[in-house]
Amino acid sequence: MSKYFHSVELEADLCCGCTNCLKRCPTEAIRVHGGKAKILSERCIDCGECIRICPHHAKKAHSTTFEEINKYKYKVAIPAPALFGQFNHLDNLDIVLTGLKRIGFDKVFEVSRGAELVSEATRKLIKENKLKKPIISSACPAVVRLIKIRFPELCNNVMPLKAPMEVSAKIARREAMEETGLADEDIGVFFITPCPAKVTEVHSPNYAEKSAVNGAIAISKIYPELTRAMDHLTDVEYIAQSGLMGIGWATSGGEAAAMLGDKYLAADGIENVIRVLEELEDDHIRDVEFIELNACSGGCVGGVLTVENPYVAQARIHELRKYMPVSVNHLQDKQLDMMMWENELEYDADIFRLDEDIVKAMSMMSEMEEILAGLPGLDCGSCGAPTCRAMAEDMVRGKARESDCIHRLKAKIQSVYDQLKNTI
Amino acid sequence: MSNAIHLHYEVSGEDFTRAGEASGAVKKRLKSLGFNSDAIRRVAIAMYEAEINMVIHADGGYCDVDIYPDRIEILLADRGPGIADVDKAMQEGFSTAPDNVRNLGFGAGMGLPNIKKYTDEMKIETTLGVGTNLYLTVKVN
Repeated sequence: MSKYFHSVELEADLCCGCTNCLKRCPTEAIRVHGGKAKILSERCIDCGECIRICPHHAKKAHSTTFEEINKYKYKVAIPAPALFGQFNHLDNLDIVLTGLKRIGFDKVFEVSRGAELVSEATRKLIKENKLKKPIISSACPAVVRLIKIRFPELCNNVMPLKAPMEVSAKIARREAMEETGLADEDIGVFFITPCPAKVTEVHSPNYAEKSAVNGAIAISKIYPELTRAMDHLTDVEYIAQSGLMGIGWATSGGEAAAMLGDKYLAADGIENVIRVLEELEDDHIRDVEFIELNACSGGCVGGVLTVENPYVAQARIHELRKYMPVSVNHLQDKQLDMMMWENELEYDADIFRLDEDIVKAMSMMSEMEEILAGLPGLDCGSCGAPTCRAMAEDMVRGKARESDCIHRLKAKIQSVYDQLKNTI
Repeated sequence: MSNAIHLHYEVSGEDFTRAGEASGAVKKRLKSLGFNSDAIRRVAIAMYEAEINMVIHADGGYCDVDIYPDRIEILLADRGPGIADVDKAMQEGFSTAPDNVRNLGFGAGMGLPNIKKYTDEMKIETTLGVGTNLYLTVKVN
């Protein structure tokens, strides 16, 4: 297996080599070569923007299949809070949770429950002054990966608490083992996910060697079967144990509001997130204690694997939260220890730097500036790189040739033609 | 030194919303050159503060940045009114910024003190009515 697992995959047959994904990628991780898009694995943060933009549906996210789920003796579903925003007129979480049991899961545990614990743990750590401020939420794995490859100074500001998915999986797994007497390997815990970044997090977590989650299945994949089951329910089980705080994590600002302080900021949408991180790095954002960042517009309800318009889903979540208790889940003794990150977040310096040796990197950059001055500056993407600057960089790295630029090639052909014409 | 990288940026005094573009561009280049994050941060902050100063007080100017493997040298030059009392301007909290920029959170009188804090060398050449040259050096550990 390669060093970097990615859930975003390309279906080469459907890719026509256009420049849509190329131009949209926030980390310039896509190149088009030989008429097909290619993802530079080390730069991809699995934000899913390329899946969202591709008009040919050539990009897709890896999702666990029902066959894989059925291999386990005991199957646990842990649905993201965003799932509850996908249904019209939903006034009871138990309808969705019972639906999940009817389609084959033995146990269901809402991730919003883990979210409430993470919120409480964060408040506790802030109160005890144990975190470097401003604290950046670690819930969105695409944001964490972005910080890891682009923002070295901010790695220590990322909250070292596992995300609600992981916390919920750990608790649900332990409960399942106690309830059934089954062994750890007989229990499969599956996240019902709004986004590909979470799929990556399951297979290659930032915070530990191994995740307690066995797989992730897209909301959009489970949706048809789930709604059918929900339509045919004869009884509704009492399963839900979430408060409005946990459910609020589905939308941007929900996690920050659960801090119960007023010095917070919540930004959503990958471009906005990048702007906030840039300003944080330069010390321009002050007097803020907590920063919630979501790669998708609207927060998790805007994930590319959801079915409903994020703003409709947001309105539904808002409605659903009415009359709910504030928080139902509270930290038990020692629970905080299992919620802390096992690994430190380390900056991956190799991703964007030109060379390990600064002197060599400097000569490469000088060469790059010279090449760039000769390129047309149209950022058209026809060469297969997203901008002329990226093309110049690819050239000094030996990954592209000048003739890949159709404008340079055209000029060259023109000059050959002119020469020939003069000799005849 | 022949292998220095030289960068030049014009800083427009007319459009306040574009202030910070030059320091942002320099930061991006330093990252791809692989400088350590502490040096990058110090350059980015000092240069940003100086760039904002040029926009607020001097109607813009230009920056010249020379990148060496062991240090980054920056010149920020403007043809503004000059600084009447440099010692006073170096005091934390002293500011002559107008209200409209204070409303944006600037003009707290921390510009020059911050620049000094984040750089290893700082030299101000200023003449009233002629302009100011600010020379900064950030050494790389």
